Amino acid sequence: MNLNTIEEVRQATAVAGGDVEWRDGDSWLAGGTWLFSEPQPYLRRLLDLRAMGWQPLESSDGGLRVAATCTIAALYAFPGRPDWPASFLIDECCRAFLASFKIWNTATVGGNICMSLPAGPMISLTTALEGVYIIQGLDGAERQMPALDFVTGNHQNVLQPGELLRAIDLPAAALRKRAAFRRMSMTHMGRSTALLIGTVLPQGGAFTLTVSAATPRPVQIVFAEAPDARALRERLNEAIPDDGYFDDVHGAPEYRKHITHYYAEQIRAELAGAPA
Amino acid sequence: MSYHVNGKTFSENPAAGQCLRTFLRELGWFGVKKGCDAGDCGACSVWLDGVPVHSCLIPAYRAEGLQITTIEGLAGENGDLHPMQRQFLDAQGFQCGFCTAGMIMTAASLSAEDIQGDLARHLKGNLCRCTGYHAIEDAIHGVKTVEEDRPGASVGTGVGAPAGPEVVTGKARYTLDTTMEGMLHLKVLRAPHAHAKIVSIDKSAALAVPGVHAVYTWQDVPRKLYTTSIHEDFRVDPNDTYMLDNIVRFVGQRIVAVVAESEAAAEEGCRQVVVEYEVLPAVFDPEEAMRAGAPVVHDTSGDQFIRQPERNILIDIHGGIGDVETGFAAADVIHEATYGTHRGQHAHLETHCSISWVDEDGRLNVRTTSQSPFICRDKLCYLFGLGLQNVRVFCDRVGGGFGGKQEVLTEDLTALAAINTGRPVQWEFTREEQFSASTVRHPMQTTVKLGATRDGTLTAIQMRVVSNTGAYGNHGGETLYHACSESVGLYRCPNKKIDAFAVYTNTLPSGAIRGYGLTQTLYAVECAMDELARALEMDPFDLRQKNVVRPGDPMLSLGEEASDTEIGSYGLDECATQVRDALARGNGVAAPPGGDWLTGQGIAYAMHDAAPPTEHRSEARLRVLEDGAFELAIGTAEFGNGTTTQHVQIAASTLGTVADRVRVVQSDTDKTGFDTGAFASTGTFVASKAVWLAAEALRERILDFAASHTQVGRDMCRLDAAAVICGEVRIPLGDLLQAAETSGHQLALSRRAYGSPRSVAFNVHGFRIAVHRVTGEIIILQSVHAADAGTVINPMQLRGQVEGAVAQGIGWALYERMVIDETGKVVNPQFRNYRIPAYADIPRTEIFFADTHDTIGPLGAKGMGECPINPVAPALANALEDATGIRFHDLPFRPDLIYRPIFEKHGMATA
Ligand SMILES: Cc1cc2nc3c(=O)[nH]c(=O)nc-3n(C[C@H](O)[C@H](O)[C@H](O)COP(=O)(O)OP(=O)(O)OC[C@H]3O[C@@H](n4cnc5c(N)ncnc54)[C@H](O)[C@@H]3O)c2cc1C
Ligand code: FES
Ligand code: FES
Repeated sequence: MNLNTIEEVRQATAVAGGDVEWRDGDSWLAGGTWLFSEPQPYLRRLLDLRAMGWQPLESSDGGLRVAATCTIAALYAFPGRPDWPASFLIDECCRAFLASFKIWNTATVGGNICMSLPAGPMISLTTALEGVYIIQGLDGAERQMPALDFVTGNHQNVLQPGELLRAIDLPAAALRKRAAFRRMSMTHMGRSTALLIGTVLPQGGAFTLTVSAATPRPVQIVFAEAPDARALRERLNEAIPDDGYFDDVHGAPEYRKHITHYYAEQIRAELAGAPA
Repeated sequence: MSYHVNGKTFSENPAAGQCLRTFLRELGWFGVKKGCDAGDCGACSVWLDGVPVHSCLIPAYRAEGLQITTIEGLAGENGDLHPMQRQFLDAQGFQCGFCTAGMIMTAASLSAEDIQGDLARHLKGNLCRCTGYHAIEDAIHGVKTVEEDRPGASVGTGVGAPAGPEVVTGKARYTLDTTMEGMLHLKVLRAPHAHAKIVSIDKSAALAVPGVHAVYTWQDVPRKLYTTSIHEDFRVDPNDTYMLDNIVRFVGQRIVAVVAESEAAAEEGCRQVVVEYEVLPAVFDPEEAMRAGAPVVHDTSGDQFIRQPERNILIDIHGGIGDVETGFAAADVIHEATYGTHRGQHAHLETHCSISWVDEDGRLNVRTTSQSPFICRDKLCYLFGLGLQNVRVFCDRVGGGFGGKQEVLTEDLTALAAINTGRPVQWEFTREEQFSASTVRHPMQTTVKLGATRDGTLTAIQMRVVSNTGAYGNHGGETLYHACSESVGLYRCPNKKIDAFAVYTNTLPSGAIRGYGLTQTLYAVECAMDELARALEMDPFDLRQKNVVRPGDPMLSLGEEASDTEIGSYGLDECATQVRDALARGNGVAAPPGGDWLTGQGIAYAMHDAAPPTEHRSEARLRVLEDGAFELAIGTAEFGNGTTTQHVQIAASTLGTVADRVRVVQSDTDKTGFDTGAFASTGTFVASKAVWLAAEALRERILDFAASHTQVGRDMCRLDAAAVICGEVRIPLGDLLQAAETSGHQLALSRRAYGSPRSVAFNVHGFRIAVHRVTGEIIILQSVHAADAGTVINPMQLRGQVEGAVAQGIGWALYERMVIDETGKVVNPQFRNYRIPAYADIPRTEIFFADTHDTIGPLGAKGMGECPINPVAPALANALEDATGIRFHDLPFRPDLIYRPIFEKHGMATA
């Protein structure tokens, strides 16, 4: 929709160049697929990140670097690597968007993460794959943080005004893991009610479960050894109290808890099996 | 900067925050539609350098230098249709056509692999509210369903809609697909409180916003009570509404209207208005609202129509036959339960909108999206004290209605502003306004008590209905009468008792929507019948067959007064047999493997009057044109209901020609005779009847004149394509017209039809479903629908109406849910959060038509626009009980609302 209060659009590079000073009413513009989908009466100026010209994907033996401005379509097109069995999660998480493939053509990975919705599948993906976020301040200085710590609540994250997400590093160690994926939505291909990902070291053992969409922010539980059903249930209950589940029109909290436990156990059982 | 659209270059520049969708429309590419403006519906889909995008999400400046393709640019330069456009024509993959441009732009971008591999995922960003997606799927797969038309044999043939070529090329003009010099835009400020008194309004800051021309408050509008609902007789609804009021009765009620040079300025004006409210206690639940001491929504000084304002009772209805106490005493089995139905939104893709202006003769003109331009005109005349001759209301193509446009929601304010400013004024609802401030299905709580003897004979039916009409009473009374009629009239039983209440609350108003109140109570009755069958250990078909009305039976509910409704044709048995057989046959689709799925099947019956009890009339004017074609002028509007196709087919068949030789002028108070409106399933029953009568009469007149003109015996004359054959001579109709005119004869006439007497239509639906014992997910394995529509005038189109209605029924029963919070606010006023079915959500339904011929309807036909929705939800509820052994009384059956008892009963089975 038209954002009628926007007075000006500037290239994001003008900020780094010192031509533009960040002020109230400014917003980074990535794909714009969320910004233009809701009224934004408080915004006055958009700073277009496309101008940054970042390389969308850089793959190396160390892992995969995803630029914040990489589109969902470009990420979905990433062919994966045979030695990275967990890269199938990329496809699954892209398909977990309610948004259509046409929106993928412009929506970005960074935009999804910075939106910080519970049902943000790029948050699920990068958290489950133990991603590291590279955050850039207005002065150009970079800091890094684990994906898990970035989102702080529904539509809330750690970014300070003017800070931006530069890239996400997905370490090869995580991509080499075996993984299992489960998702529930209230309609076919709808918005996620719960999205769970489990990963386990190729040789078995250490098990990591990432719960998202069911909770306002992602929750991760790490086991040094493969847990049994009971241990899993107990740790889940500790990590997510009953009032820790998200409540919105895409699923009642008690249902989200129910599904989380159901899928968590399925994932545990699936990954406890012998490596394929 | 330059923009390249469909091979043309433009040097205009968009505003900084403008999206591509509105920019393209400003450049004149009206094929780019708005269904949501938020990325959810896909109606705005275009290509950027060949890549499909939702143009409402694209910052316009980013399209600079790219090749932009809209639906208008898809056809070849010589006008050859793109194969996908042709396929949409061949399969008639549209009804109202508002989603079509976006559907085609999306489908045409897909590879064969996308289509074969995962069509559901590729279509998930394109919503269609009309078709139920079956015809769209056919179109994309290249299936041809359109049949060839032959002179005089149009009726019964699947001919395409006359507007088809315009729809698939993006040339069809909907309400806002036009520009006018000097257009102003209107926006309204809406109430943040559910119940409040306005203490003061300061409009000075708003008036100071550059571009703002006028700001209207309750003090600036005619202080006349009226009703927004559209009926031939305004007295069937309460006059309880002011154009703008100083009392707020629901969150979202319009408070102040701002008119400005641009939408942006009007929006800014709304933000600058300062309103001081005195907040009042509000009531949201109808049972609470009826209790003594509850907040009073409309006080006693209002319209006398309101039965008990102090208890918020708009209307209460009590009636019946026989004596239910005796009936229950004679019963071996009694079943009683309360069934709850929720709000549902029409979700027609074209939102409410209108453009009004005063022309050089001083007449008010209103271009609008309405199901009834005539009644809209009458309402505007009343509000502004204008004579009928001083107002013209018309519709071009209407982008869906489903009852939502049986309401005057924008025309009054654009008219006011046009009269006041002397400029054309446009107002377009946002999707959010559509959800939070138009109308919804009346939520009803229906208690049904049934008594039967051991052999299944009904001895008593008792029903209590509480309907929530919301803040205003538009349609509150008539929907309640309808709710109390066929639902109980469907079954023979000597003792019936009904008590029903329509109650005001501080929630958004309910209104007219497909099924019109009956859907809600039929749901209750058909669930109760199923539970009764279970208690009697009887087959649910057998129980119904034993008790349904039979030809010749009166259909009694509220009393035994003489009625104008008759069983003009009876296809119920045949429908039941078709569904029973189809379910028994199965369709080879099994539940997913593994022990997690419970399966079951359920059915429901429905009966629906072919016209409303209120007055309904239509006039058809028919004449021969100089080129030997015919012109049909009729007031009824086309919004995807397909009546236009039906009209031309009926005229063509009667006049011995083909459908495309009948040109239609419609829905314009200046150009056609009166028509009450396209609602209450009257398109076939009333409007088509007028067409049929006119066509029969014109045929006789043509033949009479031809006989006397050629001096050939009348019985030797007949119509043949575009000519009359009189004995040996063949006279082209154009020549005959000339001869007639020279000799002072007219080959033109009009006929009127009325919605009385009325017949009834029948529908039966059956489902076989699988339910997940842990997650509560429901999969529809088989869906079967049988309809008794009398003569089938256009089988393809009728199938489309059934499929669309069934899809809406499935959406209402399984997915859609409007959530209102404790302050009375709609929490999810977006398609993102109020999920209407997408292609992936709708199974193919097997559809059967009963072979009947109605003795009352035109050519034996009766309408089918609304009624197929009625048996859908109860059939699903009954299948759900069959699968799980648990009765769920309240809609919708979303996994998170139903899983708990299912899991408790079955979850541990194999876990
Ligand atoms: C139909 C539809 C369905 C959708 N479904 C989903 C869904 O299922 N799940 C979901 O989570 N979202 C969904 N969205 C929301 C949104 O489109 C996606 O989250 C998308 O990935 C956002 O990316 P974008 O590049 O378009 O972001 P933008 O709209 O450009 O930006 C979103 C927000 O993030 C900020 N931002 C963007 N990039 C950066 C950056 N690098 N650094 C700092 N801030 C930044 C912007 O300032 C803005 O506040 C949906 C949207 C639509 C229209
Ligand atoms: S109008 Fe763009 S997706 Fe609905
Ligand atoms: S035809 Fe698809 S919305 Fe009307």
